[in-house]
Amino acid sequence: MKHTLEQVFHSGKFIVGFVIFVALLLVVIIYPLFITDPPLQTIGQGTFFPPGIYVSTYDSINATTVYTLNLNDAATKRVSNKLSNDDRAAMKEWLVKAGISGADEIDTTDTVTLLNLWAKNYDPTKQIPGMIFSQQRYYQRLNTSVSGILGTSGDIIAVTNPTTNSLEQTGIVNQSDYVNINQVANVRVLPLGTDNFGRDVLTELVKAIEVSLLIGLVAGVIATLIGLTLGLVAGYVGGVVDDIIMFITNLFTVIPSFVLLILISYSIGQANRGAVTIAIVIGFTSWVWTTRAVRSQVISLRNRDHVNLSKLSGHSIIHIILNDILPYIASYVVMALILQISSAILIEASLSIIGLGPKTSLVPTLGLMMNWAMIYQAEILGKWWAYFPVIIAIALITFSMNLMNTGLDQVFNPALRD
Amino acid sequence: MAAIVGRLAQGMSNSTGMKAVYEQYAAQFGTNKPMLTQFFLYVKNAVQGDFGSSFSQFPRPVSDIIRSSIWWTICLQFPAIIVGWILGNILGALAAYIKKGFDKVLLPLSIFIGNFPAFGMAVILLVIFGVDLKWFPTSGGYGFDLIPTASWQFMWSVIVHYQLPFWSIVLVAIGGQAIGMRSMSIYELNADYVKYARFMGIKDRKIVAYVFRNAMLPQVTGLALSIGTMVGGALVAEIIFSYPGLGTTLLNAVMGQDYPLISAVTLLITMMVLIANFAIEIIYGLIDPRIKASQAE
Repeated sequence: MKHTLEQVFHSGKFIVGFVIFVALLLVVIIYPLFITDPPLQTIGQGTFFPPGIYVSTYDSINATTVYTLNLNDAATKRVSNKLSNDDRAAMKEWLVKAGISGADEIDTTDTVTLLNLWAKNYDPTKQIPGMIFSQQRYYQRLNTSVSGILGTSGDIIAVTNPTTNSLEQTGIVNQSDYVNINQVANVRVLPLGTDNFGRDVLTELVKAIEVSLLIGLVAGVIATLIGLTLGLVAGYVGGVVDDIIMFITNLFTVIPSFVLLILISYSIGQANRGAVTIAIVIGFTSWVWTTRAVRSQVISLRNRDHVNLSKLSGHSIIHIILNDILPYIASYVVMALILQISSAILIEASLSIIGLGPKTSLVPTLGLMMNWAMIYQAEILGKWWAYFPVIIAIALITFSMNLMNTGLDQVFNPALRD
Repeated sequence: MAAIVGRLAQGMSNSTGMKAVYEQYAAQFGTNKPMLTQFFLYVKNAVQGDFGSSFSQFPRPVSDIIRSSIWWTICLQFPAIIVGWILGNILGALAAYIKKGFDKVLLPLSIFIGNFPAFGMAVILLVIFGVDLKWFPTSGGYGFDLIPTASWQFMWSVIVHYQLPFWSIVLVAIGGQAIGMRSMSIYELNADYVKYARFMGIKDRKIVAYVFRNAMLPQVTGLALSIGTMVGGALVAEIIFSYPGLGTTLLNAVMGQDYPLISAVTLLITMMVLIANFAIEIIYGLIDPRIKASQAE
């Protein structure tokens, strides 16, 4: 046993797969210890906030210490943040179309002149022939956004006086005022932004990996147990039992299990489909391969000398199967289990995408996250953080498991070694 | 299966509109009769190509919906799976024969791609080539402004829409097949008859031809066995691209709680897979002389 393990851990492929898998497991275990928010809590009001660090504006303005930093490029950065090159080009286009100046008179890189020209001439009510309503609205928004952008005075903070109902100045935020992010009370890091429901994608993803791994494990164990039992019985007992079991197995081989899954999950109904229910259904539809493979291995083992010796010694069938046959196919069963787990995770994801996955209110799974992202068209809208991490997570899980499987295969199957 | 229909249809009968649908369906398929009668009624109707009326697109008959979508699926999936299988086998054989760098790169890569979920590949191709580069349209089977006719414009639109779903299925199929072919080829290259042939001084090229022919045989069986799984994955890829095939029809049926449509689609998918399996068995007999020999005995 020790020797086998040593051999297994000498296989490069196995180690790579194992490391990826353990890393995923560690993330799943450690992450919830630090971030204790419920994974399905809606925090964002709106859909698909981009990834980044979210700093509370309120807390920044009311920060205890305000620092003054005189940075030379602050104004330039402020302008370029609000005024992209596209905006400049659009401004030029408006000015030219409105007949203010010729196309070659405006230099879009000269910010001050451009903005002054804009401020002097822009008229939101002016009708320009050929301009559609949405473009007009765009120019109105742009105008609000850039007005006063070149000013150097600060913004005044005011509160309403409850008795006089007038605004009273309570403070002023200068352009050179800074706060230290460590002193702002509320800073939320959303490394993967939020999804269509406004939930933190990373927290959701970690939970989803956990649930998907659980589904894979339950389905894999069920499938392997059924497959192993049927295969052992069919292979060892043989005769009529073998015929019956093989008949059922062949029946299940030709019917695509995906079709079976669709019918079964549909008839269970959305309300009753929990993650574990789906796992059990997947387990009960994917045992066929293990049965066939185990059966053929057992048949080749059945007439070995040590098995015959055991028979002569009067051991029971169960004893023979457990002690004389099982150890020889153990490595194979482990490999089959690994493959079953990874394929169960994929099957769950596929089922969820066509809307037959676990019910949506309790736990996220990788497939459900994919389903939500697809329904809200994240891929068309370019919201990569809603679906890409999910695909990567699924690919990493299956990739690591198949690498482990290939590694094991090369250890136990000398013909494949280089 | 029929019991599900009965329960479902009863659950739907609360609104008056649904009542008509339900009564029509109950009359046609006898959902209030005993289970066995129901089953034979269903089989009898199905054999005649009559699957009743769709619940979600009432009163359009299910067979009509399926007739409009099945050819999209057949024309998409079978070429894609076959092309993927051929390319995968060539790559796997090359990996086994050349070894060294090619093998070192190709094997992990094909394990990665082969285990990539079909829908993941579809989404990534969609985003890269459809949304970012805008080379291909992102959804549908033909331009939304066209009417299916035999014009060149329509044909071109179909071809352009065909590319992304096709290649996403092909890429996933390549990965899986390459791994199998590689290990089979390595196994065969180490076989005794190869060594014997080398001692005899037979040219390397000729030996390789024999080896790959032998290594191909289990791959043909493998195709027959994995075609069900592949079709399942390809159906999901269809959904991602809103391709007007059976996959999208199935999604709509599930969304619309349309039991007659679901059962008909799943039945057809099963039939298609069975026919494909049957065809592969026949082809297998043609390329493997040992099968003919065993039948002659």
